[in-house]
Amino acid sequence: MKQFLAVLHARNMEFLRDRSALTWNLAMPFLLVIGLAFTFSGNNKEIYKVGIVGGIETLGRVAPALQATQHIQFVPYADLDTGIDKVKHHQMDMLIDISSAPKYWINSSSPNGYLLERIIWGTEGRQFQRQTIEGAEIRYVDWFLPGILGMNMMFSCLFGVGFVIVRYRKNGFLKRLKATPLNPFYFLFAQLVSRLLLIMVITTVVYAGCNVFIEFNMQGSYWDLLLVTTLGAMCLISIGLLVASRTASEEFAGGILNTLTWPMMLLSGAWFSLEGTHAWVQQLAQLFPLTHMIAATRAIMNEGATLAQVMPHVWVITLMSVIFLALGAYIFKWE
Amino acid sequence: MTAIISTSNLVKHYTGVVAVDGISLSIPKGICFGLLGPNGAGKTTTIEMLEGINLPTSGSILYKGEPLDTRYREEVGIQFQHTALQEFLTVRETLELFERLYHRTIPLAELVELCSLHDILNRDTRKLSGGQRQRLLLALALVNDPDLIFLDEPTTGLDPQARRNFWDLVTLVKSRNKTIVLTTHYMEEAYALCDEIAIMDKGRIVSQGTPAQLLSEHFGDVVLQIPKADAGARVFELGLSIVEAADFVEIRTSRLHYTLQQLLENGVNLDRLHIRSWTLEDLFINVTGLSK
Repeated sequence: MKQFLAVLHARNMEFLRDRSALTWNLAMPFLLVIGLAFTFSGNNKEIYKVGIVGGIETLGRVAPALQATQHIQFVPYADLDTGIDKVKHHQMDMLIDISSAPKYWINSSSPNGYLLERIIWGTEGRQFQRQTIEGAEIRYVDWFLPGILGMNMMFSCLFGVGFVIVRYRKNGFLKRLKATPLNPFYFLFAQLVSRLLLIMVITTVVYAGCNVFIEFNMQGSYWDLLLVTTLGAMCLISIGLLVASRTASEEFAGGILNTLTWPMMLLSGAWFSLEGTHAWVQQLAQLFPLTHMIAATRAIMNEGATLAQVMPHVWVITLMSVIFLALGAYIFKWE
Repeated sequence: MTAIISTSNLVKHYTGVVAVDGISLSIPKGICFGLLGPNGAGKTTTIEMLEGINLPTSGSILYKGEPLDTRYREEVGIQFQHTALQEFLTVRETLELFERLYHRTIPLAELVELCSLHDILNRDTRKLSGGQRQRLLLALALVNDPDLIFLDEPTTGLDPQARRNFWDLVTLVKSRNKTIVLTTHYMEEAYALCDEIAIMDKGRIVSQGTPAQLLSEHFGDVVLQIPKADAGARVFELGLSIVEAADFVEIRTSRLHYTLQQLLENGVNLDRLHIRSWTLEDLFINVTGLSK
């Protein structure tokens, strides 16, 4: 324990005294959230999104003119409740159920829903039964906030831990530690805890700071949010440790980290929803811990999901953390 | 004397290269043992195997008569040839970091006193001069009050003053009954610090003993240096062993009195005669064949 605390303290001091890195770590996500909030404040989506329960192929038979209408994206849903939730939070403009007698749902406060209703009357007449839902709109900023913060955590965890250990190995610091009785597991665990503490503090400061200006929508429990983000960060750090477990080449480590971060950045739902994308894309996204962290935090913040409701994501993240950390510690080499 | 560390037929192979080729050593407790040799001779590989950092391909290493085990890391101190420290820490914080990695430690105040670190205790380690940095690295090697200390080229790159200060420090450490294993390129350093030396070349030990022993074994004579202008042409006709340099001639002789008399009788001016003993540098060049 004495060894662990010594390495943890030293690493924390190193990070906190590196003013340029600390400033950048704080300023970058703050500016990103504020900047995107202003950029997307108009909520300018160019296409309408319509959820379909009962299969898109069936829609072609039931409402061919509607399906042929341009600028409407049809997103299949397996169950009605999920689709209704999406309409309730303005994440979907309309939901059509063609699994039985044709019905559609719109949010009574959604302008897009109103326009789509006019379109469906024009193309298909009045054959669809009208249903309305009440529910406040989730602003785009509330939707993308978990994605932006998650993405920032991903970069900080992967590069912050991966590059630091590779630098230590390259400049001989790890070799010096190898000459001491320091247990490698304590060393790795100290790196993990140090980065975890720092990233959680930074993320909390950024969230609280941005909240002053934007007043984020928070439907769920802050404790659940803290638990999910902590586990998510742990998982991402353990990937960083795994990548850095052997290599002494910053270029190689950088290549691997980029290979991991780019797909996660694009396909974890940080920037845009994966609903409506190819099935293989959605399956691939399930392999990324960031996907689960963002999905869980979004559900807690925007839909008021409880911990039990996001537990499948929590289990996946926890399992991944254990596997990556154990593997990283097993193959770790000081030199 | 009891060996604190010994090796038997130590071999290290890298792909296509035999870095160390069957070294057997026995280093008594309490001495400073010097490992010398040209670049690529296998000194660093040998010392790293002794440190337990690098595993031998074959052969054995015994510390206090036992194979190296987990206790070994607690009882040895190491100063590497190149090492980096955790950045943004002061000298005091760096000492405290390493102190907490060991069970047995020397009081920090004593360590600071021993290595003369008072003035730089609160200085960022990135802002230390070469000499100050080497003093700190030595302090880190001593933080666990080790019985055996490895110093791998500790004064390389230091100015002559800083080097001599470091020698004083090593002498002080040695006086505490510590065993030191030192590698160096500086023969003067080996002569000043080492009780025993081994000269390595191409992965093997080519000569071993105390500096005085080795010099008397390899050189039973002295060298007379006389400026060419004073020596004249006749000196070459006296049947002496002469090496001609640009401005002077060197005469090797084991019969100093007789040779001087011979030179005087033949009119050689000895006013600017310089008699020099052989040094470890001569020995080094002699046994490693670098003069060829």
